[in-house]
Amino acid sequence: MNVIESAGLGKRYHSTWALRECSVAIPAGHVAALVGPNGAGKTTLLNLAAGLTAPSAGGVTVLGGRPAGSPAALDGIAFVAQDMPMYKNLSARDMLHLTRNLNRRFDQRYAETRLGELGIPLKRKAGKLSGGQQAQLALTLALARRPRLLVLDEPMAMLDPIARHDFMASVMTAMVADGVSVVLSSHVLAELERVADYLILMSRGRVQLAGDVDDLLASHRMLTGPAAEADRYAQRLSVVHARGGETQAHLLVRTTTADGTVAPGWEAHPVGLEELALAYLREPAAAALPGPERRRNTSRTEVSR
Amino acid sequence: MTIDKGISEEPRRPAGASPIEFRLDPASGVPTYLQLVHQVEHALRLGYLKPGDQLPKVRDVVAALAINPNTVLKAYKDLETKGLAAGRPGQGTFVQAALSQVALPELAGLRKGLLGWLTDAGAAGLDEDGVVALFTSVLRDFYKGRGGSAGRGVASGGTEGVA
Repeated sequence: MNVIESAGLGKRYHSTWALRECSVAIPAGHVAALVGPNGAGKTTLLNLAAGLTAPSAGGVTVLGGRPAGSPAALDGIAFVAQDMPMYKNLSARDMLHLTRNLNRRFDQRYAETRLGELGIPLKRKAGKLSGGQQAQLALTLALARRPRLLVLDEPMAMLDPIARHDFMASVMTAMVADGVSVVLSSHVLAELERVADYLILMSRGRVQLAGDVDDLLASHRMLTGPAAEADRYAQRLSVVHARGGETQAHLLVRTTTADGTVAPGWEAHPVGLEELALAYLREPAAAALPGPERRRNTSRTEVSR
Repeated sequence: MTIDKGISEEPRRPAGASPIEFRLDPASGVPTYLQLVHQVEHALRLGYLKPGDQLPKVRDVVAALAINPNTVLKAYKDLETKGLAAGRPGQGTFVQAALSQVALPELAGLRKGLLGWLTDAGAAGLDEDGVVALFTSVLRDFYKGRGGSAGRGVASGGTEGVA
């Protein structure tokens, strides 16, 4: 099942396309990270998937084909917005009450237990809670709806390192305990390296690269060798990003072969998630490279059956 | 080794607790799941873990390290493939086998050979970093040639080199 699936999805604000020709298929059971610079279209895509805004082109479904924004979709999806909006003058208890009455499903006992474990007093006004506690309260309100998909827009932007760690630990624990799938956005790559196992790289309103992190890392290599040969060698490879000095060159390439054979005098190194993402983000033109597409694979297996 | 699996044999740990806890080194560059695998292997070699011991529960690892549960599952699957651990439905993952140890006399012989080689390397002008670079490179090529057990080879090399 795909938790978010879009085809030709686009969103235009006046004359500007915030998102264009976006076709993704994010499988369930993952922590999928939307990564890209500010203005890349991450929030737009999440808002469209959550049904908070309507597309200008194409369509998007969630949780195995439920149209975004439909009651069936809304029941299964919980969305925590970027600034974690909260009524500052309402107590944590009031926030639970409010959320319970605004939703068809809300697990009051779960929410109270969770806040108790976190040491967040129900009487305390939301505005008086620390940044980390506000984030945890927002997460509790989302999880108490017992969603199948948790969508987090820049969840850690305003948190200190300990609060970030605790917040992520809470999200990951919910994944184990309740089988929730997670889709989150961030422009801080480093904090995603331990968490994300599915990556969607966005740039200038388009999806540049999407796929299972292990697959992506396995299909890319950093080649290091003499700069004099770099141009000639690069013609035979699909180079994502090239850099280097006068004598030595580094080529981040997409490999088609599984084995790591390289030309004599060259060394191949595995790449990390951050290195890979930065290489693509520095080369917005490398967008056309096809990512491992789930749906195409699925249909092929269906045919072969 | 007793045949009787009496309760007195059980260490005083709460049910479901593991004798070890994982840590992560973000600067190592080693993939997270491999770090977990290496730590289990290391603990097996040093006797912190023995057959029958429970590995940390996925939920506990995830809560402590804030990592993706799939990463922990991948590490445990890797350990299962290597025959070192086995999952028990509804309970968790348990250590299945001890890591094969090289007998002490043989180890001493190997150590002596390595010392001789290090002396030669020093005489040829290699400093410590040079030795590490050369050794790592040869080690990688050696295990690559033998068909891909480089990960374990490097891990065991590191551990025994220190010992």
